[in-house]
Amino acid sequence: MKISFFLNGISETIVVADGNTPLLWIIRDVLNVKGTKFGCGKAACGACTIHVEGEAVRSCSYPAKFAEGKQINTIEGLGNEENPHPVQQAWIEEIVPQCGYCQPGFIMATAALLAKNPNPTDEDIDQNISNVCRCGTYFRMRKAIHRAAELTQSANTKTEENV
Amino acid sequence: MSKEKKKISRRKFLVRGGLGTVGVLAIGSYIFRNPIRRAILAMANTMDMAYMGDTSNPMLWFELTKDNTILLHSPKVEMGQGTFTSLAQMAADELEISIDKIAVIHAATSTGNIDGMSTGGSTSVAGLWQPLREMAATFREMIKTEAAHKLGVAVSALVSENGIFSANGKRLSYAEVADGVATWEVPDVPALKEIKDYKYIGKPVPRVDLAAKVFGHPIFGMDAEMSDMLYGSVVRPTKIGARFISADVSKAQSMPGVVKIIEEDDFVGVVANSATEAENAKNAILVEWDAPNHLQTADIISLMTVGNGKSTIIQKEGSEVTDDGLVTMEFRSPIGAHAQIEPNGVLASVVGDKATIKIATQVIGLTRKEVAERLDLDEENVNVIPTYLGGGFGRRLHTPHAIQAAVMSKAVGKPVKYFFSRKEEFQHDMFRPPTHHVMKGKLDTDGMLEHLEHHFVSGDVGNDSALVPGILPPIIGADIGAIRGGFIQYGKVPNLRSVYWHVELPFATSFWRSLGLLANTFAIESFMDEMAVRAKKNPIDFRLAHIQDDVAGERLKNVIRAAADNAGYVDTVINGKAMGFAASTDANTPCAQVAEVSIEEGEIKVHKVTLAMDPGVAVNPDQVKAQCEGCVIMGMSAAMHEQMYVEDGELMPIIYGPYNMALMKHAPKEIDVVLLQGIDKPGAVGEPPLGPIAAAVANAVFRLTGKRLNEMPLRL
Repeated sequence: MKISFFLNGISETIVVADGNTPLLWIIRDVLNVKGTKFGCGKAACGACTIHVEGEAVRSCSYPAKFAEGKQINTIEGLGNEENPHPVQQAWIEEIVPQCGYCQPGFIMATAALLAKNPNPTDEDIDQNISNVCRCGTYFRMRKAIHRAAELTQSANTKTEENV
Repeated sequence: MSKEKKKISRRKFLVRGGLGTVGVLAIGSYIFRNPIRRAILAMANTMDMAYMGDTSNPMLWFELTKDNTILLHSPKVEMGQGTFTSLAQMAADELEISIDKIAVIHAATSTGNIDGMSTGGSTSVAGLWQPLREMAATFREMIKTEAAHKLGVAVSALVSENGIFSANGKRLSYAEVADGVATWEVPDVPALKEIKDYKYIGKPVPRVDLAAKVFGHPIFGMDAEMSDMLYGSVVRPTKIGARFISADVSKAQSMPGVVKIIEEDDFVGVVANSATEAENAKNAILVEWDAPNHLQTADIISLMTVGNGKSTIIQKEGSEVTDDGLVTMEFRSPIGAHAQIEPNGVLASVVGDKATIKIATQVIGLTRKEVAERLDLDEENVNVIPTYLGGGFGRRLHTPHAIQAAVMSKAVGKPVKYFFSRKEEFQHDMFRPPTHHVMKGKLDTDGMLEHLEHHFVSGDVGNDSALVPGILPPIIGADIGAIRGGFIQYGKVPNLRSVYWHVELPFATSFWRSLGLLANTFAIESFMDEMAVRAKKNPIDFRLAHIQDDVAGERLKNVIRAAADNAGYVDTVINGKAMGFAASTDANTPCAQVAEVSIEEGEIKVHKVTLAMDPGVAVNPDQVKAQCEGCVIMGMSAAMHEQMYVEDGELMPIIYGPYNMALMKHAPKEIDVVLLQGIDKPGAVGEPPLGPIAAAVANAVFRLTGKRLNEMPLRL
């Protein structure tokens, strides 16, 4: 079957024999965009978290056919070294990653949380960020999430001033 | 298509089958009668190991590029521990160039720069501290000599700044100096700079892989690509000790995307056009196993009981404890999974008599050797290209799936990528072995310990590992991994015993970050706390009073005082919160922790951990702290949440969630790390801070509830 969607703003059309193929593998192996990770295949660890229409989704358990016509964003679409997303900027400032494998999933989950809740409390973070990090970077991640909220707010303030 | 039912020999499908020998030996062997045992054991205990590889030739390590970046080919892999950053700091300081001019990459085996051992044991930075700085300094002098020659001046007349030499108005970059040089003049090793003069060493330099990991660059084994690549999958049994009888591959053969079914003596694999198709086809292979169903967790626990198997005394001072006035307590730890997020995987390409293997592994040389042996290739014709690891933790200290991918690649004539499903990761892990500990102690009339004994049993860690030469376990008598942290660090106690019991499990166990340290420290430090309470003494003072006055003792006392002072340790419950204390010495690095704990809605809640450690010189203090924070959280996860169990012959659970791990909501909101420097070189960092956390939390819970928790995971 033919499926069309936008990946990081670029229109993509793929042909897949089985529309139930997890979107994760379409992104990684068909479109060769590797930042989104495979961890468990059962939506249990969050390493594969992407944004579908701005919502955090665990792409290992998201059938590709549901992507039809939708805006899909991955870590590659969030920001880059020249123009990092506030969450990425905060992650750099706090030197969060260790092995780094789970980090794109956490960064995407955090970006989705901040889009809805620009100033999350510790409890909001506890309830919404449920990915697994084996290196145990949670302590720095919490600091980075609060820092990202600050960065987002100061960026918004500046934008308002400019208006 | 005809129905195929092929008989395949039964060997090698699982490492082991059947329960190990169970027996009771009254007299154990005693390690200290044998000087060789004593020497090897001392080495295993302190992990004061030299780097095992070629450090005679800087050309193996440094490569100059046209853009004047120096590539540092690292034979140590980066698995999160920050080694690449520390190596870059060490090289930049002696090369006298800016750290952003150094790019650290994994050394492929084709470069000849191969680690003789593994990345593990918290030895990477410590082991390379001297040789890497010496090679960098030597390389710098080689370049300088050549630059002076090319610029026609004496070396002393050269001005060198950030990889550019100038003299007489002419400028040459490092790369320009090296261009066209066929023979290098190699000087004697120059004197190294003083630590205080270093620009990067000792500073919190940001990780060199930070951008790659924040922007999602394809750096991991799972991300490896080759053109025309196919996907493989291998059938694995779900039951412990399962023996292969036959496989019916007829249904799988006609599944969509299947390229080939590969039936070897020791495995059945599928190669398909996509990962999903390979997985689906594998699941359609009907395998008949001869699998015992009877094994349960209770069997493992009864097997893992002090008194079973063979014993070795690893520590002995004074006399054995008598029953008079004796305090005895027992402790247990469960089977633990590595649960690293990147599953084991590999990409192999076999063309003619050559193989290329891209893999996340901690054992580069061993992987090359195993692939070469299986395919009957020269080792030099097998190029292992290591990638970043999505977690190591000891799980990748043997990566024989490289063999399977290479065999599949050879069979289809194309590159094959193969990785474990999460269920396979959980059921075919090389687990942290379960343990059982019996602590015995006796106080004298002044409330000081007269006797202290640690009797413990553990499944294999180093024994039976591809990494540990088969000759070693019989020499040592004890498992060099299981005994980590099993020694009693209180040298003033006149009568000491530590006795290790060896029992073989029916499933494979091996190295899990810090090896025996977490469970051994849980037992010893919980018991020390109990004895302090019985002696009616402050647990800090009680420990300090029992530590000997040598260098190791002073370093341990210093971290204990530092942790207690920084935490403001108090031995009373305040506003529903209590502090628990514990300390350990691992690989010659002492570490002490104070955990601040309360009980919230029937759950143990850890609010803050204060940690003091003396790793010697901290090449990168920020990353040493990151390792401490990570060890606290990984240790809490193992101590408070995780356990594998055995149900009807099957290792369970098979997925995150049911395999309960610490999440964001469980992590302490404060982790305060204090670093001391009691020796003038870098020591072990990546594992020692995992030691005290289980006991520290349990000791706090005792103050809150009066209940001595003696089993991991800790439950009220």
